[in-house]
Amino acid sequence: MSDQTVSPAAVQAEPLKQSTTGVRPISWKYPITYAVLAALAVLFAITLPAGARTHFRLSSGGDFFEIPLVELPSRPAGWILALILVGLAGLAIWQASQRVRTRLWLPLLFGVLFVLAFLVWAGADRGAVIPLVTMLTGALALSVPLIFGAMCGLVGERSGVINIAIEAQLLAGAFLAAVAASVFTSAYMGLVFAPVAGALVGALLVFFSVKYQVNQIIVGVVLNVLIIGLTGFLFSTALTQNPELWNARQQLPRLPIPGLSQIPIIGPVLFNQTILVYLMYLIVGVLNVFLFRSRWGLRTRAVGEHPKAADTVGIKVNRMRVYNVILAGGIAGLGGAFFTIGQGLAFGKEMSAGAGFIALAAMILGRWHPIGALLAALLFGFSTSLGNTLATIGTPVPSEALLMLPYVITIFAVAGFVGRVRPPAANGTPYVK
Amino acid sequence: MSASGSQQGMTPAPKPEQQSPWAEAEGRLSRALRELGQTSWVVTILAVVVALVVGAVLILAANRDVQASLSYFFAQPTAFLETSFQVLREAYSALFRGAVFDWQAPSAERAIRPLTETMVYSVPLILAGLGIAIGFRSGMLNIGGQGQIILGATSAGFLGYALSMPVGLHVLLALAGGILGGAIWGGIAGVLKARTGANEVIVTIMLNNIAIYLLAWLLQQQWYKQTGSNQPLSSSVDESAQLFSLLGSGFRLHAGFLIAILATLGVWWLLERSTLGFEFRAIGENPEAARTAGINVPKATALVLVIAGGLAGLGGAAHVLGTEYRLAGGVAGTLGFDAITVALLGRSRPLGTFLAGLLLGGLRAGGVLMQAQTGTPIDIVLVLQAVIVLMIAAPPLVRAIFFLPHADGRPRLRRRSARRKARSTDSAAPVQERALQTSGAPNAESPGTMTPGTTTPGTQPPSTNTQEPGK
Repeated sequence: MSDQTVSPAAVQAEPLKQSTTGVRPISWKYPITYAVLAALAVLFAITLPAGARTHFRLSSGGDFFEIPLVELPSRPAGWILALILVGLAGLAIWQASQRVRTRLWLPLLFGVLFVLAFLVWAGADRGAVIPLVTMLTGALALSVPLIFGAMCGLVGERSGVINIAIEAQLLAGAFLAAVAASVFTSAYMGLVFAPVAGALVGALLVFFSVKYQVNQIIVGVVLNVLIIGLTGFLFSTALTQNPELWNARQQLPRLPIPGLSQIPIIGPVLFNQTILVYLMYLIVGVLNVFLFRSRWGLRTRAVGEHPKAADTVGIKVNRMRVYNVILAGGIAGLGGAFFTIGQGLAFGKEMSAGAGFIALAAMILGRWHPIGALLAALLFGFSTSLGNTLATIGTPVPSEALLMLPYVITIFAVAGFVGRVRPPAANGTPYVK
Repeated sequence: MSASGSQQGMTPAPKPEQQSPWAEAEGRLSRALRELGQTSWVVTILAVVVALVVGAVLILAANRDVQASLSYFFAQPTAFLETSFQVLREAYSALFRGAVFDWQAPSAERAIRPLTETMVYSVPLILAGLGIAIGFRSGMLNIGGQGQIILGATSAGFLGYALSMPVGLHVLLALAGGILGGAIWGGIAGVLKARTGANEVIVTIMLNNIAIYLLAWLLQQQWYKQTGSNQPLSSSVDESAQLFSLLGSGFRLHAGFLIAILATLGVWWLLERSTLGFEFRAIGENPEAARTAGINVPKATALVLVIAGGLAGLGGAAHVLGTEYRLAGGVAGTLGFDAITVALLGRSRPLGTFLAGLLLGGLRAGGVLMQAQTGTPIDIVLVLQAVIVLMIAAPPLVRAIFFLPHADGRPRLRRRSARRKARSTDSAAPVQERALQTSGAPNAESPGTMTPGTTTPGTQPPSTNTQEPGK
């Protein structure tokens, strides 16, 4: 099999080398990163005490068949994982030196194994069980608003409007979802009203940035302040004076998908969720197709990349932007609903707690692509969930370091370390004929 | 503020042959109105009025008495109006008494205390706002005031209680530490932007959040907080490191206000009189031209954010050493974002920023009293300041709300026909006006500018700086 895969690559490489005079320099960034992480894994293995054991819980309550508690001898497990990681890093270095493109499975596998190695090390002899399924469920729960927010930012920025107000849209969505669900005593009514709130914030954003051409970033920052103030004000007055009417807890019911939700580990994580999460799968899928395969998507991207050209062929640039940002606001509003009705919580002041900014970061790290943004948001959600888990079992690594991780990664990404991050060309510039 | 003098082709008495056709037709009153609508301070005042009206609606909507009187509105409309008036008068008079002068206070000392409170609140706002303003003038949107303030406060506070030194030296060292902390945090964004082209908006937002977690982590470390308890709260700053009180023990006003005044003068000198400031403004106006003129653009870019961060850090240091004395997780509150508001409100001018800082400080101080006396939550201050900035950023909207004539002299309602007329007889219109008309914008501003009255270079954050690829 290896012969078959190598030979076409070699065939392709031959004429390339001949035709181009200067060969592109080998990028050593990724191999070096892998090597450093593999060395870290080896370090974990070395520092593991002999005879220590790490416990994993792989099941949740209603599984099809119960998986017993998994108990691993820490040291051998750590060493095996570390050796595999070293092997993978070696493969990456070899591939780079041979100018073979690394496939996507390598970073994914490397990431999963590294996290496992880290968990084996962190959980060794703590006396605590690492609840793997709970951790993954938590990761998804933390990611949902981020994914919605990132999709919102993506639709806006693909059409040329920077949206710093994702935070405001999430918060507004959370607020109106809670209030509507409470007033109508039905969580599904919250689901109807949440997008309205987000879309209203989006409408304000385009009202100022498209109609009056105010700097989009400034409008976004100010809208954040406005919505924090507005929801805070209403929370401190109406919602606290009469919480039974305005701010009673409502929760969207869980709708396990028969069959799929019985799959061990991923079943309860992915397919025993509320309709909001299924909506999220749908939105990401739809956006991924429509953004690149539909007339709407082509026009959206044209408006964001080169509005003048789009205008020349008859696309109404500003109208497109207005519709898209309002639509995107609706998506973010849905994401906000997850904070309240999605988790069965009442509204609390500033409960989005910076998720909008992480969503922005996820969108950038995902290079303005729905799938990329999805993966980035999942990564951020997972690192936060990992941080929370570690905080409870008590490990040498401070949970704050893991909570910072999304932001640090984003800075590296923006600074050009993780590939080239290029926003849509006309992002942030108002279009005037 | 100072920018209101030179208007875009709107000198008080334009020569007759330069007048646009419709300008001849309009009377003296409407021309006066038009000039009024263009002056930036009028827009500022009208923006404050709009904000107060929005705030009034919120206060009324949340008030129980008003809600009760509304239920029998049709039977007794005067009751509703009276209650509303009463509620609003109480709320806004409390806001004023908390911010400026308390005429209900038992003693003269208590009566003028609100003004000093306003100054106390304004110190970090002014300092950080100046930092943001320098960024705006240099074409950079520094959203990282929050992180820079936190870093400044973190390092100044630590130096304030961890060391024991003589009185004068200790406070100076702590302040310098604060400046350094903020400058490093701003410098990260600056160096990254200069060397890799990383968008400073994204980097500073990320640095804000990193700073929050950094502080949270530090406040769990015993070597850092030095209290011996598990509370996430540091020990108190030594007396020798505290900024001395200006008016005695009855007041909280501290020497930080003097620092704010000095910083305002210093920034004015830096931006208007120094070579470095000229370079800053040049890269803000046109980086390409600046490069051609021999300015080291990367170096200036990095320096802008270092200085901006230093000022914000100084603000954080003054906040801790003069007001808070202890570090807690929320030590910076919303100061960083308020500072952006301050810089916008002050139109990125040092004096304007100073005055805007006082205004926002007043809103904060007044908001505290308003909350205590009338139960109106202080969150309303956030709404007020957001509305003010939105209005100031969109002067055509303010003009539309108050039925002021359009900036370029077109009557508001006959805009479309006027534009058509202008196309046929455009030779009569002065060049600049013509350019604005053919731009086809719904308002007269050139694209991307925020205020019409300020054509002086560098008054507003250019909108172009976000389009460069992050590479």
